[in-house]
Amino acid sequence: MSLTQSILDGNRLALARLLTQAENDAPESRADLAELFPYTGKAHLIGVTGAPGTGKSSLVNQLALFYRKNDPSRKKVAIVAVDPSSPFTGGAVLGDRVRMRDLSGDEGVFIRSMATRGSLGGIAQKTASLVQIFDAAGYEVIIIETVGAGQSEVDVARLAHTTLVVEAPGLGDEIQAIKAGILEIADILVINKADRPGVENTERALRSTLELAHPVKRVFRHHGKDMSISAPTADPTMWIPPVLKTVATEGKGIDELVAAIAKHADHLRQSGDWAARDRARLGSEMETLLQEALMDRFHENVQPQKYNEMVEKVLNRNISPHEAVTSLLNGNQE
Amino acid sequence: MTEKKIRVLVAKPGLDGHDRGAKVVARALRDAGMEVIYTGLRQTPEMIAEAALQEDVDVVGLSILSGAHMALAPRILELLKKNGQDQVKVFIGGIIPDEDMPRLKEMGITGIYGPGASTDDIIKDVREAVKV
Repeated sequence: MSLTQSILDGNRLALARLLTQAENDAPESRADLAELFPYTGKAHLIGVTGAPGTGKSSLVNQLALFYRKNDPSRKKVAIVAVDPSSPFTGGAVLGDRVRMRDLSGDEGVFIRSMATRGSLGGIAQKTASLVQIFDAAGYEVIIIETVGAGQSEVDVARLAHTTLVVEAPGLGDEIQAIKAGILEIADILVINKADRPGVENTERALRSTLELAHPVKRVFRHHGKDMSISAPTADPTMWIPPVLKTVATEGKGIDELVAAIAKHADHLRQSGDWAARDRARLGSEMETLLQEALMDRFHENVQPQKYNEMVEKVLNRNISPHEAVTSLLNGNQE
Repeated sequence: MTEKKIRVLVAKPGLDGHDRGAKVVARALRDAGMEVIYTGLRQTPEMIAEAALQEDVDVVGLSILSGAHMALAPRILELLKKNGQDQVKVFIGGIIPDEDMPRLKEMGITGIYGPGASTDDIIKDVREAVKV
């Protein structure tokens, strides 16, 4: 039986094998990914991001547990947990499973740890491929947990339908909240560790940031129409990120969070944003693949020696980096 | 550019709560360029075999200080085999009496390391065992 057929039949070892091959970009995995692709597009992709120490892994553990134990549909859950690779040795310690031990023994849950292998946006280059494989294998909820390095982790929003940004009391002030980047990608804001002091301040800061952001957007979307900024009445086409409080270690607030995630999925489907997000995700995946393919083609056609000579010329200030690139590209075409 | 990486599960079965050794080894393997999945304390053999399957690891490293190695090791080997992961190499670190070592090796344990073992040796043996 082929590897892809075994995966479609629910064989977990076959699934694990293909995940490895896809992560390594093994040549044989491409045909398998292509074979599985028609089976994708059914899963709800949930991204979980936020600073280190906010409790992302514990929250993911509780979310998966809720889907498996409390949710009547008992959806199958896959978790892709990304941790950083060392830029010096390429090695990594992937420790997210430590917080997910409650999920073991359940065949409806599959946890896969992934190292970034040099990617900087909070997820790995091949995370999208792994998500596709899980989707085809029938996992209905796929949770992607990012590295948690800070404000530039926006790649997950391109990949996920619903992005949770996890904060915790005492980690940032209002200025942090206004900064561009991670808060803008939030579909749902979660204040985890909400039993800690300072939770009111965190909540106030996040809410005021949201209030600053949303009326502006509202007017922008409805330009030409007479709409008051000061009276942001409910507009059904507009999603306003809710701010929710959880204590993941005790399972508090998880039911409200799951309800908010479901509400966001409904909103995406009704507004047409679900399709828009899918289009953006697949578009950006194609672009990444195109970049890789073009780089590969370039390296096939340009001798390493010639490339190194060009680097030498730039180093000696004979030509600029731009000129070097132009020359290499032109030489390539001749 | 992606490439094949050695993936190692470092797990601590049994009930003793001392994971310093496991963490030192995990870190050494990381510094040798491997991807180490660390599972934490008090794992059952079932949890370890399940994690090894999901993570599709090449190597499982067990840290056992409790003296229960003669019960835990064969159970884990058996579960790996049952899951179709016969090719996974299993290493043990911890307090293992000399007289148990031949029997563990016979069962299929690839390497055994006691106190004072050098991480360089462990790295070398892991690399050799998976032949990358």
